[in-house]
Amino acid sequence: MRATDTVVEARRVMEICNACRYCEGYCAVFPAMELRREFSNADLSYLANLCHDCRGCSYACQYAPPHEFNLNLPRTFAELRAETYREYAWPGPLAALFRRNGVVVSLVVALALAVVLLLTTGLQKPSVIYGLHAGAGAFYAVIPLGLMIAVGLVTFGYALLALAVGYRRFWRDTAAELKHAAGWRAWRRALGDAAALRNLAGGGFGCNDRDESFSTTRRWLHHAIFYGFVSCFAATCVATVYHHVLGWIAPYPLLSVPVVLGMLGGMGLLIGTVGLLILKIVRDPAPGAREVLGADVALLVQLALVAATGLLLLALRDSAAMGALLAVHLGFVLALFLVLPYGKFVHGVYRLGALVHYAAETAPVRSGERVIE
Amino acid sequence: MTDLAGSYDVLVAGGGNAALCAAIAAREAGASVLLVEHAPRAFRGGNSRHTRNFRVMHAAPTATLTEAYAEDEYWDDLRRVTGGETDEALARLTIRSSAPALAWMAGRGVRFQPSLTGTLSLSRTNAFFLGGGKALLNAYYRVAERLGVVIRYDAEVRDVRLRDGVAESVEVESDGEITTLRTKAVVVAAGGFQANIEWLKQYWGAAADNFLIRGTPYAKGRVLRNLLDQGAMPVGDPTQCHAVAIDARAPKFDGGIVTRLDAIPFSIVVNRDARRFYDEGEDLWPKRYAIWGRLIAQQPSQIAYAITDAKALTLFMPSMYPAITAATIDELAGKLALDGAALGETLRTYNATVRPGRFNDKILDDCRTDGLAPAKSHWAQRIDTPPYIAYPLRPGITFTYLGVKVDDGARVVMRNGERAENLFAAGEIMAGNILGRGYLAGFGMTIGTVFGRIAGAEAAKHARH
Repeated sequence: MRATDTVVEARRVMEICNACRYCEGYCAVFPAMELRREFSNADLSYLANLCHDCRGCSYACQYAPPHEFNLNLPRTFAELRAETYREYAWPGPLAALFRRNGVVVSLVVALALAVVLLLTTGLQKPSVIYGLHAGAGAFYAVIPLGLMIAVGLVTFGYALLALAVGYRRFWRDTAAELKHAAGWRAWRRALGDAAALRNLAGGGFGCNDRDESFSTTRRWLHHAIFYGFVSCFAATCVATVYHHVLGWIAPYPLLSVPVVLGMLGGMGLLIGTVGLLILKIVRDPAPGAREVLGADVALLVQLALVAATGLLLLALRDSAAMGALLAVHLGFVLALFLVLPYGKFVHGVYRLGALVHYAAETAPVRSGERVIE
Repeated sequence: MTDLAGSYDVLVAGGGNAALCAAIAAREAGASVLLVEHAPRAFRGGNSRHTRNFRVMHAAPTATLTEAYAEDEYWDDLRRVTGGETDEALARLTIRSSAPALAWMAGRGVRFQPSLTGTLSLSRTNAFFLGGGKALLNAYYRVAERLGVVIRYDAEVRDVRLRDGVAESVEVESDGEITTLRTKAVVVAAGGFQANIEWLKQYWGAAADNFLIRGTPYAKGRVLRNLLDQGAMPVGDPTQCHAVAIDARAPKFDGGIVTRLDAIPFSIVVNRDARRFYDEGEDLWPKRYAIWGRLIAQQPSQIAYAITDAKALTLFMPSMYPAITAATIDELAGKLALDGAALGETLRTYNATVRPGRFNDKILDDCRTDGLAPAKSHWAQRIDTPPYIAYPLRPGITFTYLGVKVDDGARVVMRNGERAENLFAAGEIMAGNILGRGYLAGFGMTIGTVFGRIAGAEAAKHARH
């Protein structure tokens, strides 16, 4: 298995942290660490993905550089997480896409956009693309519904499959020695922790978003992105029901459920992503890992572009710009789906796995509950 | 860079907990304040960097403290550990003031957490800082900056010039330049002298060269020496320091908590000659860990080795250094550069005298030796299960007891019994008034906080009148 410099460094850091334990109030990483005396590669993968990068420990650390022990837990774990993303990626050869991820994502976005635009302009007459469309089926006059559904299902379906296999690989590696089964209680607690970003609260007082001061900005911006994404997904689901069950054909009125959900989601995504991008620029770079910055920025920019073009499409859907905007928006969406399992998005999958692991290993044992020996 | 030539009401010498409390209290009372910290910004905060909690009197459970801890119980604890080497009036003042201090600290950004783990069970008596002492210092420095306290790092107070009990001027060295400042009042919160090996040698001789200093290398005691030389009344035993056994592989300075080793009750401890020299199982570890620094300091070359076997490995908190392991005692002796025959003999003798008993690491169990000198009174198990493990130990110095005498307004008292008019002291430099010997977890931070606040407020009051 891996014995990279990062793994060796993560083990050194954990062994020092485990002898100190001053940070145990910050997040789940430290109580999980305290359950161990030795740190296998699998333990380190688990702990690194349990870390939410709140950076509280980094500013509180009496051994932070320039101290000779030179501890930088958030950076070490960020670097290790990047390694675990490659290790668990499926299929294995595509793990290479995580290297120089910013460049990879940029190329995929450019290519997806080019393909959608070329196909649209190649297959549709300019009078259709740049014409005015109103009433039911306006969008589908430019890009056929069947094609949209087919491409969306294939790419998103593939992304879900790849993410699921990644989750399984992560779980098999890190939870092999878990004493308790990860039952529904563990899942309920982990989903609750994830939904509330409980570990991005710095022990309840906020994180070190920018510097030594505490704030909850990053947590709220992440909420805006996550719930924005969920809202957009919900909008799509509702629209699917409208179309296939109720026979109501898009575009829908401004105050319809899909449009309102999409609008709120788009705004959440836009505010959250732009906010996090600004935070990345203004914050103290010391506790961060430069190597992962490309992937972080790539996903944020992708989501921001999807959201911005979606909102723009809504605003101008009755104008002659609709056709071109629809193609551009769908180009960005296609790119997002394509790189979903090979970019920063995977952090959510492995972090959820780590939270389930944490919930399972810290749960009080109940009588009659299955215990794996 | 901060202008040292500016005019300030109060100068605070030092940059740890007591200094920050004094600076904040003085500034909040309306004084202009200059804080002079010897360390660079990254290492600011003196030994407070390495602290974790604060001993606090409380009448009822709080968000982070269980049950109650009343004044008399607190006082009894202090009297017991100091063996009476304390000043009851100042001690009770400290204890009583610890209760309102908690809210004062929280109001200035200090965050607390319930105590979770560790070797000492302190959830009833001590409030734990979320993230530890450095997080507390970060909060205080931010508040001080926001209030307008002027902070100068990398600057050492060399001389507080006293004339007839009045601090007339303060000499500060920074970047090789010496500046003389005149301020209306001075608070000295510059710590003890535990990082000054030459000074320690006055009492310990060459042995002090083998001491490891657990905390800041900046606690040279320069201000303390300076005041004592000018007639400030000393308190506390100058020869004494708080010394624990720490891993001998620790750095000379600033190793802090992670170099601590709690293996001794479950080991035998031998010196350079592979001989035992003290009862490793005399009492529960929290009551005994602070005597082992002195015990090892009295051994040849100030080195000792805790030796045990595979059975004991999980009984104590891990330290940052791995155990030295070997399949046989001979091999272990080789790795430790001890005489194999002598170590073998020590172990044979020990193993032969271990009585059967019911091992329990949580209580004073009945596992002891019979007919061994020195005895091992508890947790004595045969050392016979490979891998054998060892940890090298050296004295780790936490703090010194010598300080300057103060009154209940934190004013420095002179040898002639007079009080300095405008000179105040807080923190380790005066802790010997209250903790003349012994140790009470989290009490140093309590003294620093309480007397820091008093010193700051009194200095501001003096400066503004």
